[in-house]
Amino acid sequence: MKILVVDDEKDVQVLFEQRFRKEIRNKEMEFAFAYSGEDALKYLNELHEAVLILSDINMPGMSGLELLRHIKEKHHEPPPVVMMITAYGDADNYNTAMKLGADDFLTKPLEFSLLKEKLKAIQ
Amino acid sequence: MNPRFQLIFDFIKKNSGLSEVERASLLQSIEEANKTLTQTLEELKVTQAQLIQSEKMASLGQLTAGIAHEIQNPLNFVNNFSEVSNELIDEMTEQLEKGNTEDAKAIANEVKMSLEKINFHGKRAGGIVKSMLQHSRTSTNKKEPTDINALADEYLRLAYHGMRAKDKSFNSAMKTDYDESIGLIKIISQDIGRVILNLITNAFYAVTEKNKLMLDGYEPTITVSTKRMNDKVEVRVKDNGTGISQKALDKIFQPFFTTKPTGQGTGLGLSLSYDIVTKGHGGELKVETKEGEYTEFSIILLV
Repeated sequence: MKILVVDDEKDVQVLFEQRFRKEIRNKEMEFAFAYSGEDALKYLNELHEAVLILSDINMPGMSGLELLRHIKEKHHEPPPVVMMITAYGDADNYNTAMKLGADDFLTKPLEFSLLKEKLKAIQ
Repeated sequence: MNPRFQLIFDFIKKNSGLSEVERASLLQSIEEANKTLTQTLEELKVTQAQLIQSEKMASLGQLTAGIAHEIQNPLNFVNNFSEVSNELIDEMTEQLEKGNTEDAKAIANEVKMSLEKINFHGKRAGGIVKSMLQHSRTSTNKKEPTDINALADEYLRLAYHGMRAKDKSFNSAMKTDYDESIGLIKIISQDIGRVILNLITNAFYAVTEKNKLMLDGYEPTITVSTKRMNDKVEVRVKDNGTGISQKALDKIFQPFFTTKPTGQGTGLGLSLSYDIVTKGHGGELKVETKEGEYTEFSIILLV
């Protein structure tokens, strides 16, 4: 399963690669990373590959919510599963994310064991 | 006594055709007036110091949420990478027990990398706390070697998260272009930090205001750049926001001038910034703007 992680914190890549090292080694999961909403869209437009997208909401430039809107509006069938992640777990963000078609909503700090279960359920 | 008063005082004493009594009474009232003025001046100085402090605290208040967020991020990394390290050590022990030294060594390298991440993000959080404390403290007025690029970048992020926390709908692209050849320059870092913060906060305000006009294809953008030019270093903060009208432009550096609604701005930000750059550092604070299109402030410091 190919997963695209979108976050402006670059060390998120190292962290995911460590947290999911077994899954990556066993080729159960494959990760790609984008550091902005714009980069994520570019990646998706060029490769159309990711089954699942995990996106931070608070990013400079295109926010995670805008990215979500683009993905759900324009993308191929079936659209990828999109999970939103935010440090601000407030009702506004949650409601907007749900309205735009987010499949799940997670708050920071991420519980990796929980995330792992969720990802395996989708698999 | 104030020199001008002294002059009048002496003149009356020597030259006037007034009677002794009249003269004494005049001299006394002048002395009293002088005393009152001296006292008022002292009070004004105290008030000014208090205003400067409250402006500082106001800008710190705006930042609080941003600071919390900026500390939360590195702390998450610290927690995560320490958990990862723990798991890796277990795996390494397992491999060692099996006699797989090569695998164990590979894992040891990963532990090392995790630890480096913990150290990096721990320092990052520490740096943020330090700058917050510096910002609220009274200025030491001491010039110290400072990495101006790091200073600008730190305040850019803080201001961004501060704005986000206040207004969830706020968003802006941030572009940076730092001249890596600058090295360390001698400045009063907490003062210049305040100037940079003030300029960036203003820039975010300007793009937010323009964004409210719902113009087609408008992308709010802030650009922060630094450049070394011989014996000068320039820090620029540019935004593609509302710009400044010609009428307001003449007054922006005057104390208490603000275009913000009542209660939202102290009107001291730019005037204090101007003083810090010119009086405190012998530099220049320049502005270029086009109403409705952009504003660009340049801090020019001699190094």
